[in-house]
Amino acid sequence: MAPDEEELYQEHILDHYEDPYHRGHCPACTHAHQDTNPLCGDVIHMELQLDQQGTMKEVYFNGDGCCISQAAASMLVEKFDGKTVDEVKKFTAKDMLDLFGVRLTPNRQKCCLLSWRVLQAAIYSPVAGDGAAAPSPPAGGKT
Amino acid sequence: MTTAMKPPALNPETYRPDFPILARKVHNGVALAYLDNAATTQRPRQVIRAIVDAYEQHYANVHRGIHQLARDSDDLYDAAREKVRAFINAPAVEQIIFTSGTTSAINLVARSWGDANVRAGDEILLTEMEHHSNLVPWQQLAGRTGAVLRHVPLTDDGLLQMDALDALLTDRTKLVSVAAVSNVLGTCNPIAEIIRRGHEAGAVVLIDGAQSVPHQKTDVQALDCDFLAFSGHKMLGPSGVGVLYGKRELLEAMPPFMGGGSMIRTVRLDGFEPGDLPYKFEAGTPPIVPVIGLGAAIDYLGQIDLDAVVEHERRLTEHTHEVLEAIGGLRILGPAPALKGGIVSFVFDSDRPHAHDVAEVVDRYGVALRAGHHCAMPLHQRYGVTATARASFYFYNTLAEVDKLGEALQQVKRVFRRK
Repeated sequence: MAPDEEELYQEHILDHYEDPYHRGHCPACTHAHQDTNPLCGDVIHMELQLDQQGTMKEVYFNGDGCCISQAAASMLVEKFDGKTVDEVKKFTAKDMLDLFGVRLTPNRQKCCLLSWRVLQAAIYSPVAGDGAAAPSPPAGGKT
Repeated sequence: MTTAMKPPALNPETYRPDFPILARKVHNGVALAYLDNAATTQRPRQVIRAIVDAYEQHYANVHRGIHQLARDSDDLYDAAREKVRAFINAPAVEQIIFTSGTTSAINLVARSWGDANVRAGDEILLTEMEHHSNLVPWQQLAGRTGAVLRHVPLTDDGLLQMDALDALLTDRTKLVSVAAVSNVLGTCNPIAEIIRRGHEAGAVVLIDGAQSVPHQKTDVQALDCDFLAFSGHKMLGPSGVGVLYGKRELLEAMPPFMGGGSMIRTVRLDGFEPGDLPYKFEAGTPPIVPVIGLGAAIDYLGQIDLDAVVEHERRLTEHTHEVLEAIGGLRILGPAPALKGGIVSFVFDSDRPHAHDVAEVVDRYGVALRAGHHCAMPLHQRYGVTATARASFYFYNTLAEVDKLGEALQQVKRVFRRK
């Protein structure tokens, strides 16, 4: 009889929800992107500092929405902070669902994948007028 | 209408056996508490049987056949229109137009009446609490015509600021369109007064009855509204059918909105002459069986005193307020229960846990809530929230189901470590 919501709202997910990794603004932001899940209104905004070698020196997120969307964003940012754009490009939607770990219904998969979509777009989204620091869209394979 | 005699209390258990789905278990054996009736209600066996009968015994296209089945379908279809007419006390069946739902009924008015009557600089008065279906069609009309949209603002506790009406209703106001009951706040708006004052300003008044017609007595002649829109699926009927009622002189002056079969008198290669009401607005094969099902739903509602439904739903709303206040740490949107229908929307403080997570957890305990913006994003912005959880009732809901919601919300607090 024990309902199985504990499967979904596991301790480590709640930890990310309540005490997220790098929630805020990237001080030397070069790239940023934001998107929403139009069905439920969840919002994720990502900012990153990308160097000429295609390394994301820092990744930050901000947002509003359900536990799944916000915890998933925190996990994703924690995983990719300091990693390269090539690694982001290779990171598939399935990888994102695996990173989250808990099996999700199709509707809640959209919550989980919102931050993944935003990060995939952010690496191609230089912040306008932010000086010479921002490299052109990373072409890959520079490390 | 002061201190009207209270109707005898409604006992939901009288009706629940008619609704097979209410008895089903979810999540491997958990009893269901269906509290999502503002989105759509369930159907009793009588409606389901009427739909099955229509397909098994009588089905053919309407208004164009000579054979027995076509006549059967004609009779059932026409009988349903008469049932709708009687249900809202419209003067004549020609003033009952079947649409696919409230949304298409409002769009019909915006496209047909709106395009013919609204000019640049004219004003359309809406409210900040409207459903998207009573906002977007008018935004589109304003985009086509250059008309200006105005909105009656809301008080902090979810009422229309009626003292703002005087300034908002001007000789430029062509149309007032307002929901009788808010689908989020549950607020029962003073539509009789809005209709009267709208008419004094020379405006046409449309009432969005999606959340009122299923629950309370509606008399379009007493109200004197110019248009009324509502949906079948929120009143025990099938989805895919709705109703537009309109005053005859308005409907007769309106050009057809969609062209096609059924809506014509004659067609030549270079033109057509539109048919009479109501067919002028019913191009194409209509939703035949949904209309018949709606007729059966009205038959079913006919055996229930709607005044008792209002009382019963208010008691459920009162109890929901009590239960939510006892839980604490959350905020109920909208006014006190006495000013509400059977709709209660709420958020946990600081949006934690978020409405979607609330709905997800209570679902594991069999409680079906809706979470989100409920197609009213501007309303949510007004109250500084992005999403709310909503419990909404119909006559078959019980106080025990509200208690179950309370217990499930305690589990939400436990899961989210809010104890």
